Amino acid sequence: MSSVKYEIRKNTYYDSVTLMLISKEIKKIDGVKEALVGMGTDLNKELAENLAISNDDIRNLSPNDFFVTVLADDNVQIETISAEVDKLLSNKKKSNESDYMPPTLESALKHEPESNIVVISVAGEYAAAEAKKALNNNLHVMLFSDNVSIEDERELKELACQKGLLMMGPDCGTAIINNVPLAFANVVRKGHIGIVGASGTGTQEVTVIIDKLGEGVSQVIGTGGRDLKAEIGGLMMLQGIEALKNDPQTKVIVLISKPPAEEVAEKVLKAIENSPKPVVVDFIGGDRKLIEKYGAYSCVSLEDAARKAVALLRGEEVRDFEGFSLPDEEIEKIVDREVAKFDKTQKYLRAYYTGGTLADEAMKLLSSSIGNIYSNIPLTPEYKLEDVRVSKEHTCIDFGDDEFTRGKPHPMIDPVSRVERLMKEDDEEVAVLLMDFVLGYGSHEDPVGEMLPAIKEAKERMAKKGKYLCVVGSVCGTENDPQDLRESQRRLEEAGVIVMPSNAQAVRLAGLILNKIK
Amino acid sequence: MSKINELFNKEVKVINIGLESFYNDLKKQKVSVIHVNWRPVAGGNKRMASLLSKLK
Repeated sequence: MSSVKYEIRKNTYYDSVTLMLISKEIKKIDGVKEALVGMGTDLNKELAENLAISNDDIRNLSPNDFFVTVLADDNVQIETISAEVDKLLSNKKKSNESDYMPPTLESALKHEPESNIVVISVAGEYAAAEAKKALNNNLHVMLFSDNVSIEDERELKELACQKGLLMMGPDCGTAIINNVPLAFANVVRKGHIGIVGASGTGTQEVTVIIDKLGEGVSQVIGTGGRDLKAEIGGLMMLQGIEALKNDPQTKVIVLISKPPAEEVAEKVLKAIENSPKPVVVDFIGGDRKLIEKYGAYSCVSLEDAARKAVALLRGEEVRDFEGFSLPDEEIEKIVDREVAKFDKTQKYLRAYYTGGTLADEAMKLLSSSIGNIYSNIPLTPEYKLEDVRVSKEHTCIDFGDDEFTRGKPHPMIDPVSRVERLMKEDDEEVAVLLMDFVLGYGSHEDPVGEMLPAIKEAKERMAKKGKYLCVVGSVCGTENDPQDLRESQRRLEEAGVIVMPSNAQAVRLAGLILNKIK
Repeated sequence: MSKINELFNKEVKVINIGLESFYNDLKKQKVSVIHVNWRPVAGGNKRMASLLSKLK
């Protein structure tokens, strides 16, 4: 028999990602069927309810109370669970025990009066207040938290503009200021390309390819995904452009965003018209003619944006890059080799992404060649999956979207949702599996290692049925990232994954293979 | 010079509020960083938090 066991600790606070990762560890204990370790927020209480491990004591908790609740076999004692939670918590804390950690922003500032950037990642409902406090103390802000209202975002950005400060975010995943990677960012060499990016993994992909091509970045300013919406009007992108124009280290400027609201696109492009520094703009899948009208270079992919910026910096000819790093004959050989292994019923794509912009780019590059793609973030509403947990025909999933991240860490921190999907699905008509692996600070310590068992199992499952699963991937990472880039690539290749040098090239190769078996 | 351009010429010094992993990442890179041992104002009681913010 199993039953619900729980423990509550009033007024004890831990951050959400730490607790989410601990929940996962607790669930692995023998005899434990469900587990939730969290603060008493509305979201966590709802999750406990959905897992059927809640009760009145838990329902009455405040967000400042900590709880552990499990559904476990009768021989599992709550004391054992509790001890394990403490062990995991103290492991996470140990390295920082001797560090002074003040309780508020004001006290931190008293202790370190020279501080200049505040990185905020508390729950969305508290985030705007902290950001406002920071701006009022004349500090630049990177706001990683999401679930901040668009009204609050507007107010924060207007305040930042009045004060001439950076207000990166909300929902800003990546920035590199003075060569320091903040939140999710790769270790990219120092150089002369300045970037303002409204999409996190899109920006990471561009910086990584710049590094691979032998150049580097001066500054990478994130704006958060909504900056170019009509309600915000590109306030932070405009601030960023102005700063990069005036920065002597920046010789080429790159702007990255999903297609902006039309009037905002014009406003942003006007700000770069007649810029003495060349400007490359990737409004992923947006209107290229409009960009060119204002004298900027438009792009066909994130990789193309990086290549154009590097060409401009070096004074080389600028042209669209729509091909492959490998010679065409090599690519043809790969395509023929893969196509020969499928059986006649195999025809579909599964594109499983941890990076949202990379997923979006994949659909934009592929839909004209292979046809419509179902998704949780579809290009047109009619291709929204009825149930995002069930794939259908060609499917592309962004595992970082809200439906997959409620109460769970982002898949770049913990790719468990993608692992489980791959383990569970058994669609014999699938031919190609397309994936991203994002390295860098902030990301999982070994994103490739976490996925490999599931990839191997999926391949074996198909092989047992006399079929073949082709897996194509790309690694968004540099030689200097904390994860080992070469070792990541080597292990993928050893498992039979075709590793391409960029997302765009991985997507293109998948397209060629799928088209050949149509 | 704007404050943003001034920042580009300074050593980055971070105050981290929220995920401790961001603090650890910066510390590993020897970036100057201080972590705020943050908790919700007024124990997460929104009405109380709003009253407190008006007092300041």
